[in-house]
Amino acid sequence: MTPARKAALSRAALTIIGWGVALWVFFPILWMAMTGFKSEIDAVSTPPKFFFHPTLASYHEVFERANYWHFAINSIVISVLGTIVALLFSVPCAYAMAFSPTKRTRGTLLWMLSTKMLPPVGVLVPIYILARNAGLLDTRTGLVIVYVLMNLPITVWMLFTFFKEVPREILEAGRMDGATRLGEVWHVLLPLSLPGVASTALLSLILSWNESFWSLNLTSSNAAPLPSFIASFSSPEGLFFGKLSAASTLAVAPILVFGWLSQKQLVRGLTFGAVK
Amino acid sequence: MPRTSRFKSSLRCALLACAGLLPLSAAHAAGTLTIATVNNGDMVIMQKLSSEFEKQHPDIHLKWVVLEENVLRQRVTTDIATKAGQFDVLTIGNYEVPLWAKQKWLAPVKPDAAYDVDDLLPTVRKDLTVDGALYALPFYAESDMTYYRKDLFTKAGITMPAHPTYAQLAEYADKITDKTNQVYGICLRGKPGWGENMAFLTATVHAFGGQWFDASWKPTLDTPEWKAALTWYVDVMKKDGPPGAASNGFNENLALFASGHCGIWVDSTVAGGLLFDPKQSQVADKVGFTAAPSGTFANAPSWLWIWSLAIPASSKNVDDATTFITWATSKAYVDLVAKSNGWVAAPAGTRNSTYANPDYQKAAPFAGFVRDAIEHSNPDGQTKAPRAYTGAQFADIPQFQAIGTQVGQSVAALLTTSQTVDSMLSSSDRAVTRVMRQSGLLH
Repeated sequence: MTPARKAALSRAALTIIGWGVALWVFFPILWMAMTGFKSEIDAVSTPPKFFFHPTLASYHEVFERANYWHFAINSIVISVLGTIVALLFSVPCAYAMAFSPTKRTRGTLLWMLSTKMLPPVGVLVPIYILARNAGLLDTRTGLVIVYVLMNLPITVWMLFTFFKEVPREILEAGRMDGATRLGEVWHVLLPLSLPGVASTALLSLILSWNESFWSLNLTSSNAAPLPSFIASFSSPEGLFFGKLSAASTLAVAPILVFGWLSQKQLVRGLTFGAVK
Repeated sequence: MPRTSRFKSSLRCALLACAGLLPLSAAHAAGTLTIATVNNGDMVIMQKLSSEFEKQHPDIHLKWVVLEENVLRQRVTTDIATKAGQFDVLTIGNYEVPLWAKQKWLAPVKPDAAYDVDDLLPTVRKDLTVDGALYALPFYAESDMTYYRKDLFTKAGITMPAHPTYAQLAEYADKITDKTNQVYGICLRGKPGWGENMAFLTATVHAFGGQWFDASWKPTLDTPEWKAALTWYVDVMKKDGPPGAASNGFNENLALFASGHCGIWVDSTVAGGLLFDPKQSQVADKVGFTAAPSGTFANAPSWLWIWSLAIPASSKNVDDATTFITWATSKAYVDLVAKSNGWVAAPAGTRNSTYANPDYQKAAPFAGFVRDAIEHSNPDGQTKAPRAYTGAQFADIPQFQAIGTQVGQSVAALLTTSQTVDSMLSSSDRAVTRVMRQSGLLH
C-alpha cells in the first residue's frame, strides 16, 4: 500500500469515526425530535418505530395548553441577564486573581469551585425562605440572582484561565501609555481575550437555559422559564411521550440554533491558548 | 469596525436591552388564583374548561402551574411548609390531606348546600375528612383492578374468575406468556418509589396478611407474610414479566398493555378509560377486567386514591379558591365535561349522581365495577394483626415517602440482582426500624 493510499484510508477511517461519534451524541436529540411528530401510541411502541406516519397533533396540543412564548421570553431574559451580571462580577474578580495573585488566590479559587459540589437540594429550604422574605419568589429577579451565584465559580475559573494567557507585559505597556486600571481591562485585556470571554458567556448562557431545579422550585407562573414548560407535559397517569418530546424540542430549539450560530466563537474560545 | 469598538458597542446594546427587560415583581393580584396541578387527563380537561368558570366569575382570574407528580409534591410541600403562599389551590391525594390537615396547613372547606356534599361516595368523603371537617374536595378517585387480554385467555382455554387469587394470576400468566412474540404473561409495577412499586406491594402484603408496622410502630418487614408476598412478586415477574420490569411504572405498563405486550395487569382503575379508548390502545376491543387479586387474608384494606383539590391555609384568596374548587368538583362540572368531552371522560369515583346517570353507564362499561371497588375500599380497615397506621397502598405517616422509596429500591434490586428475599427483608427491616426510632414514633 502506497503512503498516499494509507493516508487516504486513515482519513476515511477518521471521518467515519467522527461521524459515528457525532451521530451517537446527537441521536437522543434526533429521537426526541422524531418522537414529537409521532402519535402517543407510536411514541411508546415496542420495538421503537423509525418509520411512522408523522403528525403535528402533539405540537398542536402543546401550543393549545401552554403559552410557549411566555416561558421562552422568561428563559431568554433570565439567562441573558444572569450571564451579563455574572460577567460583570467575574471579570474584575478573575483580573485581580490573574494579575495580582496573593498566597490565598489558589485556595479561594478552589473554595469557589467546591461550592459547586454541594447538591442544590441541600440548600433548597434556606434559599426558598430567603426568596420568600425578600419577595423574590416567582420573579425573574430572584432567578437571575440564583443563576449568577450558581455560575460565578465557573465563569471566574474560566476567565482566570484565559486572562493568565495574556502576557503581563502588554498590560504594563498600556499602563505606561497612561491607561487607568479600568482602561487597561476595557481597552487591552478584554479585547485580547475576547474569544475566551465569549465562550465563558456562552457556557453561562447554556447552563442558565438548561437549569431546571431552581427554576422549578422558585417559580410558579409569572417567571417560569422553559424547564417548567417541559415539566408540565409529564404525566403520572396516561401516555405523554409525544407531547413531552414536542415540548422539549421547542424548549431546546432556540439554544440549539444559538449554539449552531456561535459554534465558531465557542470552539475558538475553548481552544484559546491551547496552541502557542 | 475595530474589534474593541465592536466589543464595547455589543456590551452596551446588551446592557440596554436587559435594562429594558428588567423585571418584575410578581405580586399575586387580588382575584387571581394560582392552581397547582398534575398533567393527568382529567386535570387537562379541567384546565381547558376553566374558561367557563372565568366567564361565570369575571372577577376571578386563574393561573395554572402544571407539574409532574413528584415535582409538584416537592414544590407544594416546600411552599406550604414555609407558608410562602405561592398557591391558592393544590391538587393532592388522600395521603397528604389528613397529614397536612393535622399540621393546619390546609383550610377547611365548607361548600354550600347546592354542592350536595351527601352525593359524594361515603368512602371518598370519609378519607378527606379530619375531625369532622372536610379539608379537600374530591376531583376523581381510583381503586385497583385486574386487566387481562380476553383473546389470550380464550386461546389458552382459561376463564378469568370474578375474584382471582394471587396464585391463580401467577398460574394464568405462565400459561399465556409467549416470549418469542413478546407477549408477557403479567405486567406489574417495578419502578422504585412509594407511589410506584410499593403502592402495589403494600396492597399485596396486606392481602398476604402482612403489614408495615404493628400496633406499637415496630416494623414487621422481616416476617413470613412479607416473604410470601415478595416471593410471589419476584417469581412471577422474573418468570413471566417483561424485560426491564424494574423500571416499569404505571405509564410504562400502560404502554406495554396498550400495545399488546401484556396478558395481565393489576393497577389503578383509572387505566380502564385509557385501555378502552381505541385512540390510545391497540387492544381496546380485547380488554377484560375483573377484581384485584385476593390473598390469604380476605378482608385486607383495599386500594383507594383520591385526587382532590385543597386550599392551603397560607392562601390569601380562600373565598375565591373555595368558589373554584366547589365548581370543579360539582355535579354541574361533571355535566360540563360530559357535554364537551363525552360521558366516558367524566371524573370517576366521586359522586353517586354520576353513576346513576344512564348515559355514563352506557359510555363507560367498567363504571359499575369501579364504583363497587371504590365503595368497598376500606383503606382504614384492619390488617390481619392490629396496626398503628391507616392506608391501603401506603402507610399514612410523613416518614412513609422516604421509607417506601428506600424499600422500593431494595425490592427493585431483587428483580435485577441475585439478592434473596430473606436478606433484603432483613436489611430493610433494620433500615426502617432506624428511621422509625429517629422519628420518635418507635421507642
